[in-house]
Amino acid sequence: MIKTVLDVVIAGLLMGGIYAIIAVGFSLQYGVARVLNVAHGEFIMLGAFITWTFYTIVGINPLVSLVIVGPFTFIIGFLLHRILFTRLRISSPSPGDFEGNSMLASFGLLYIIQNAAILIWGAEVKGYSYLTSSVNIGGAVFATNRLVTALFAIGIGVAFYVFLARARIGKAIRAAAQDSTTAGLMGVHINLVLALCFGLGAMMAGFGGSLVSMMYSIQPAMGFQYTIIAIIVVVLGGLGSITGSFIGGFILGLVGSIVSHWQPALSLVAYYVLFMLLLLIRPKGIMGK
Amino acid sequence: MKSLRVTPKSYLLPGIYLLVLILLATLPLYTPPYTIVLLTTIFMYVVLTVSWAIFSGPTKYLSLASAAFFGVGIYSAALLGKSLPLLAFVGVGAMASFVLAFLVGLLTLRLRGVYFTIFTFGLAELIRHFLLFWETNITGTRGRIVVLIDNDVVFYVMLVIFVLTLLAAYFIRRSKFGLALQSIGENEEAAAHRGINVTLVKVITFAISAFFMGAAGAIMATKWTYIDPYVAFNPLISFLPVLMAIFGGIGQIYGPVIGAVIFTYLEEVLLTKFSDYYMLIFGIILVVAILYLPKGLVGLVQKWRKRTPAVKQTPLSK
Repeated sequence: MIKTVLDVVIAGLLMGGIYAIIAVGFSLQYGVARVLNVAHGEFIMLGAFITWTFYTIVGINPLVSLVIVGPFTFIIGFLLHRILFTRLRISSPSPGDFEGNSMLASFGLLYIIQNAAILIWGAEVKGYSYLTSSVNIGGAVFATNRLVTALFAIGIGVAFYVFLARARIGKAIRAAAQDSTTAGLMGVHINLVLALCFGLGAMMAGFGGSLVSMMYSIQPAMGFQYTIIAIIVVVLGGLGSITGSFIGGFILGLVGSIVSHWQPALSLVAYYVLFMLLLLIRPKGIMGK
Repeated sequence: MKSLRVTPKSYLLPGIYLLVLILLATLPLYTPPYTIVLLTTIFMYVVLTVSWAIFSGPTKYLSLASAAFFGVGIYSAALLGKSLPLLAFVGVGAMASFVLAFLVGLLTLRLRGVYFTIFTFGLAELIRHFLLFWETNITGTRGRIVVLIDNDVVFYVMLVIFVLTLLAAYFIRRSKFGLALQSIGENEEAAAHRGINVTLVKVITFAISAFFMGAAGAIMATKWTYIDPYVAFNPLISFLPVLMAIFGGIGQIYGPVIGAVIFTYLEEVLLTKFSDYYMLIFGIILVVAILYLPKGLVGLVQKWRKRTPAVKQTPLSK
């Protein structure tokens, strides 16, 4: 019994790390840049496919390709915000209008990125095996890649948190998160900071995708389920709270692990039920103000 | 205001509508079946878009539950199609959606803005995943066969739903009820202070819009003959009406109609000519439309005519 509990809990925490960084990226895009980015999962898919391509064709170690995937998805996200969302933000009459319009625009992006990926890589399921030897954690046995990816995810999350808390630009991001208009008046170059946030959000998704590809098989349509997970985690943690998203990621990882231990087909259903109950009972989330 | 002015125009317009309706109703007599099938699809999207706009247009609550209501209609047809006559199961589909929307509305319409949007989207996904689980694990089947019904009959039923939806949209807009909806969209608290039962008005309108979506789903299911949760609760059905409405322009009733007609035709052309690139092009059109047509085609035409800004409502908010 105790061994089963331990199995489930550790599996949940290992998955939670990935959920956490994906959700932190989403939270940055929604919490600061006010873009409910439905295409978030597509950046995860891009990260996964780039990693796959480098590993199977060039032979680059997946962990090394994080260094390529990160800047690449960052630049795409940054440019997208500069070209698309900055324009939308200026042309929308109110913040509420911008939220609606940007969500729909990102829905268009979802189709563009996903179908471009199908044209480039084909629609079929792909995968590679990396670090599949097993490792023993306190009696529970896992593949090494799960442990490594979880450690990397936590490392990325912590590094990002330190960046937000310590760096000057991190301070500007936090100011913009609290009140972007006032931050702009105080001399923060607001369009740049928002674009940066969107780019960083895309980068976190890219990292998440790289890590996901080390454990699971990948396909161009894989992104959307991660978008859903990101939305749920962000609402769970409280919209706009980075720490909340981080904690929420681990909670959702645990919930997913518990439910799939008991009934694997119901894990997505369980996410939705949890999510809807949360919206009804405490829409502010655990860390919301 | 306008009604004081008795001009020939006030007789002309209903006359034209009647003529168009007669033309549409007699179409199956002299057009090839393809036209009928295409028109049925166009009507379906017009019904979805207009009924979406009935609720989300004036109140500015962006609902993404269309797929849920449409899918409930589809499943009603699939479950009851063999045991009930056509109109009965279409009616059941519509009522089932109505009831679902009413309950969901009671639960969620106190949620503000983006929470409401996320919740409604989650609703369709929840039903879809639950059905998938149910079909694979409990009943051991995947998908269902729906009774096959003659194309012309489907066309006429869809035409009736289409006309009813437009009439409902028109009369709601013109009534005191519509004014109440508008004022909720402008300022909900002020509306409540004016004595409007905000919750009731919102919930009933939400349910009415779901009613037509459910009816459309029930009749369309008979055209597809085989359905499964992926087809019935396709998230695209939640997004398309929003896009079509924005593409056409939400301010007027004919905006969503125009948007739906053009978009459906475009979809048909893209699907047949560039099926590999269809979704890619679709995405690009979507982004461009949102970027350059914030008030839709209707807004664009009005801008060109340089009239006074008649379209006050901007797309989506909250």
